[in-house]
Amino acid sequence: MSDSYINKPNRPLQLYAIIFLIFLYVPVLFLPLFSFNDSIYVRFPMEGLTLQWYRELMGREAVWAALMNSFKVGITASIVATALGIFGAKAITRYRFHGKAPIVTFIMLPLVVPLIIFGVALLVLMTSIGIPLSLYTVTIGHLIICIPFAIAVLLPRFEGFDASIEEASADLGENAWWTFWRVTLPMIFPGVVASLLLCFTVSFDEFILAFFLNGTEATLPMYIWGQLRFPQEFPSVLALSSMIIAASFIIVFFGQWINRDASISSIEGGK
Amino acid sequence: MRVGWFQRQLHKSEAFRGYTLLSPALIFLAAAILIPFAILVVMSFWTTAGFDFNREFTPHNYQQIMERPIYGALLWRSLWISTIATVFTVVLCYPMAYYVAFHVHRNKMMWIVLMTLPFWTSYLLRVFAWKVVLGYEGVINSGLMWAGWIEAPLEFLLYSPTAVIITLAHAWAAFAILPLYVSLEKIDKSLLEAATDLGDGPVRRFFRITFPLSMPGVISASILIFIPTTGDYITPALLGGPDGMMIGNLIQAQFGAVNNWPMGAALSIVLMLTIAAISVAFILVTFFVRKRIT
Repeated sequence: MSDSYINKPNRPLQLYAIIFLIFLYVPVLFLPLFSFNDSIYVRFPMEGLTLQWYRELMGREAVWAALMNSFKVGITASIVATALGIFGAKAITRYRFHGKAPIVTFIMLPLVVPLIIFGVALLVLMTSIGIPLSLYTVTIGHLIICIPFAIAVLLPRFEGFDASIEEASADLGENAWWTFWRVTLPMIFPGVVASLLLCFTVSFDEFILAFFLNGTEATLPMYIWGQLRFPQEFPSVLALSSMIIAASFIIVFFGQWINRDASISSIEGGK
Repeated sequence: MRVGWFQRQLHKSEAFRGYTLLSPALIFLAAAILIPFAILVVMSFWTTAGFDFNREFTPHNYQQIMERPIYGALLWRSLWISTIATVFTVVLCYPMAYYVAFHVHRNKMMWIVLMTLPFWTSYLLRVFAWKVVLGYEGVINSGLMWAGWIEAPLEFLLYSPTAVIITLAHAWAAFAILPLYVSLEKIDKSLLEAATDLGDGPVRRFFRITFPLSMPGVISASILIFIPTTGDYITPALLGGPDGMMIGNLIQAQFGAVNNWPMGAALSIVLMLTIAAISVAFILVTFFVRKRIT
């Protein structure tokens, strides 16, 4: 294939790809760059390097509280979504049943519908049945977007392994529960880890649903949103944002990497 | 007794096993999506009375939306901004997806991870980053002034529809790249060789073979970007200024400062119906156009 004249190197296109990647990353990288700037203004020329914004951030109670809240919501949402996602992905790949296509479309809907609509709709539901807004309601909101992600990550894992291995285990006398523990789970394990990591990141970084559904306890993105009103807080917001972005990059990269063989097969599955 | 029936069904019917396994996720999503939507629809026919709702059923909110030009104007602007952002994103992402599909032979996965990684980081923070870049004293303005190329900051950069469009295109690039890449990757390379053998040059070959075959990717990329961006409100709130306000900001205001929840509900319903109608129309039009061409 590589010797075909259609695939001969195309320099302009290669240059375009590199510029594209630069544009994709550079705006985000300005946040960490200016978080070390020794000035409360974000502008060139930079005025010297400092770690004071990070140091100041570490001393704030509210930041730690928001971080803990985000952890609580993120961990709960990722575990529940992944558990439901395992069952869902298994059902979709292993069994034939009526209405599968519309059901899958319905499950994936939250990835596309504007989140403001879900936020508003859930807010109306919670208030009309009298559930006070809290981290629990935020978690429920995050589950709506985490479940489709979990299923999307796990589907190629189930497609990638032969169902006859599970059948063999059943034939050899394992019950459904032990088959799951000893055969299915080890086979899909990278997918499970990827799903946990990606769902955690999605929840950890999510703002719109948290904005509508949170009570008095802020998650980290909520905290940042609140600080954006104060110009003098700009540098510490930059420092906090830089740490969140760095953590997200690392978690997601690790998640994608551990699950890379399944991701490749799902993206190139149609060939 | 009932447990016995359940287990018998589980054993007997494959479909039953499928539904059972899928039910936790499905029931949760149905409860968390359909029930709130139903209540939202009902509420959109209420009105406010002081701090409480007047639960009498009236189309008042929808009449207001039809009659008062501000609602239509904002909806129109949202559709307009997200249409431009969609076209912009798909056009810019197409060559990128093309490059990875046709010209990258090793480490494809690394390229795909690289292109989608920023998408996983906080949307709020990516928008915030653009505020830092485009701001009045931001990276571009202060950089250009420092270099001595401009005297005063360029004011059109921040708080304008342009800023919103740039930010939306950047933020949703991953949603365009993946479907475009998948559809390009699927194209049978021997078709391209056949076209070349039959005398097509690279340009003709692209427009007669590659581009038509990648249309499913173009369509899904367009819809995947158009729908969420129309309802976005973080980007216009942080970067839009008064001229860049979108329908999402109006909905948020009804649930916040304006405190007219029924109106907010009605606006959400109108937004959803408009998006759905446009998406369906778009799919139908492209479907018929393709049918007539082929």
